[in-house]
Amino acid sequence: MSTVSWITVRGLFGRRRFLLLLPLPVLLVGLAVLSRGLGVDPTDWGPPVLVGLGLAVVLPVVALIVGTGVLGAEIDDGTVVHVLTTPLPRWQIVLPKLAVAAGVTAVSVAVPLFAAGLLADSVRLGVALAVAATIGALAYTALFVAASLLTRRPVLLGLVYVLIWEGLLSNVVSGTRVLSIQHYVIALADRLAPTNLLGTTVSVSVAMAMTTLVIVATTLLSIDRLRSFSVAGETS
Amino acid sequence: MTTTTPTKPTATAASTLDLTEVSRWYGNVVAVNNVNMNLGPGVTGLLGPNGAGKTTLLHMMAGFLTPSKGQVTLDGQPTWRNPAVYRRLGLVSEREAVHSFLTAYEFVLATAKLHRLSDPRAAARRAIDLVELSAAQDRQIGTYSKGMRQRTRVAAALVHDPQVLLLDEPFNGMDPRQRLHMMELLHSLGDAGRTILFSSHILEEVEQVSGTVQVMVAGRLAASGDFRTIRRLMTNRPHVFAIRSTDDRALAVALIAETSVSGVELGRDGLTVRAGDYGAFTRMLPKVALARGVRVQQLVPEDESLESVFSYLVEA
Repeated sequence: MSTVSWITVRGLFGRRRFLLLLPLPVLLVGLAVLSRGLGVDPTDWGPPVLVGLGLAVVLPVVALIVGTGVLGAEIDDGTVVHVLTTPLPRWQIVLPKLAVAAGVTAVSVAVPLFAAGLLADSVRLGVALAVAATIGALAYTALFVAASLLTRRPVLLGLVYVLIWEGLLSNVVSGTRVLSIQHYVIALADRLAPTNLLGTTVSVSVAMAMTTLVIVATTLLSIDRLRSFSVAGETS
Repeated sequence: MTTTTPTKPTATAASTLDLTEVSRWYGNVVAVNNVNMNLGPGVTGLLGPNGAGKTTLLHMMAGFLTPSKGQVTLDGQPTWRNPAVYRRLGLVSEREAVHSFLTAYEFVLATAKLHRLSDPRAAARRAIDLVELSAAQDRQIGTYSKGMRQRTRVAAALVHDPQVLLLDEPFNGMDPRQRLHMMELLHSLGDAGRTILFSSHILEEVEQVSGTVQVMVAGRLAASGDFRTIRRLMTNRPHVFAIRSTDDRALAVALIAETSVSGVELGRDGLTVRAGDYGAFTRMLPKVALARGVRVQQLVPEDESLESVFSYLVEA
């Protein structure tokens, strides 16, 4: 593990916001277990739990907490300066932080989604959801790491994207789905395990191309922004 | 790493920090206005009241702010968007943020590894020794006092033995003993050929650590150089000297006849003399005293303190 990754992991798990990662995945698995236990038809509970909660809420919210935590929290408290006053090329700071964020998000979300998919349908659906969520974790965290470097309020910006853009607009205005990571994840999962539980709206080719574009573009943007990182405009 | 001794910085090739017509503004507010500065080996104090632009200037020097106009270079290389300069530059910023979940040793060691030093453990131990934090190095930084955190940050900034060290208000939160130690450390770094710049709004700090000052007032570089020399150049204000002699009254009579003296006050503890020209007065005094058969026992320039220089500059 690189030194940047090590500091990032210690910082992530050393802050209380880490505890925010626990309730949503637990709720996801809990609802799936409850529905299965009560004998509810998977076509009734699958879409709202797997998509409505798992892919539309748990994945982006966990990615938001972690993605803004690996760099945004250090920018907030000023500790980022310690890493930046070293001769490391900035990509060697951004990539390890992104890897940690994507990894932690993927583990936090893919495991409960696998369990929920298994309970709803099959191992194949569970694996498909886990793989798609892992790819989605990378895209979301890349986006939120970039947001940490573009604005002083990355959490607010992230919430607007998740709640307003993805949660509201993409369900009303179909064209906005092309710019929704949530819909890419649904399309990828549906391709890996075709089922009527997910209800894809974007083609797989668009989903794959756009996911790659989001990951690459936001990562390059983060590296460039970190090169030009300015401390707050103090005049004292 | 070129350092071999555990507690003393060694001499290395000198580095120079240059600012050429540097300005920085935020909207309509000009924080730094057309500053030219050349910093070489030794300790320099960056002095000025709050809001004078010291921190903005330090941030531009450290590559954490782009000048709106002008250029900041370290050995000819721009500091902005150039991480390679951190091989030769260390920064202790004013914010006391440190990774509180790490121990001081872990923190300094991590910094040494980020600098890709050949022996990061030895470098971390040396830096921690330099700031006298060895006894507490295995405690979490979150449990430290403000002064200890500050020393931890200084250790991290020194771990790669930089040629240039920038410190923003480094004495904040330190107790007198820690302050004295830090002053000694800065002195020894300066003596070893490092370029040290520290900012402060506390005059005594600058006066004790550095004879060379850069005085910032309202974003401008108001004065630059040895603060005693700066004071002497300000001939529009009288210089005040306290003199004790074997015959104060006779000396007072003789001095008041001199054109370079604008006033003499005779007190219980000797004379207070106001002179317009520092050089002319100090050359004239021994001659006059000798001619009158008076022996000067003490001559102290009373208003050469940095505070005096600073207040003159601010009022100007």
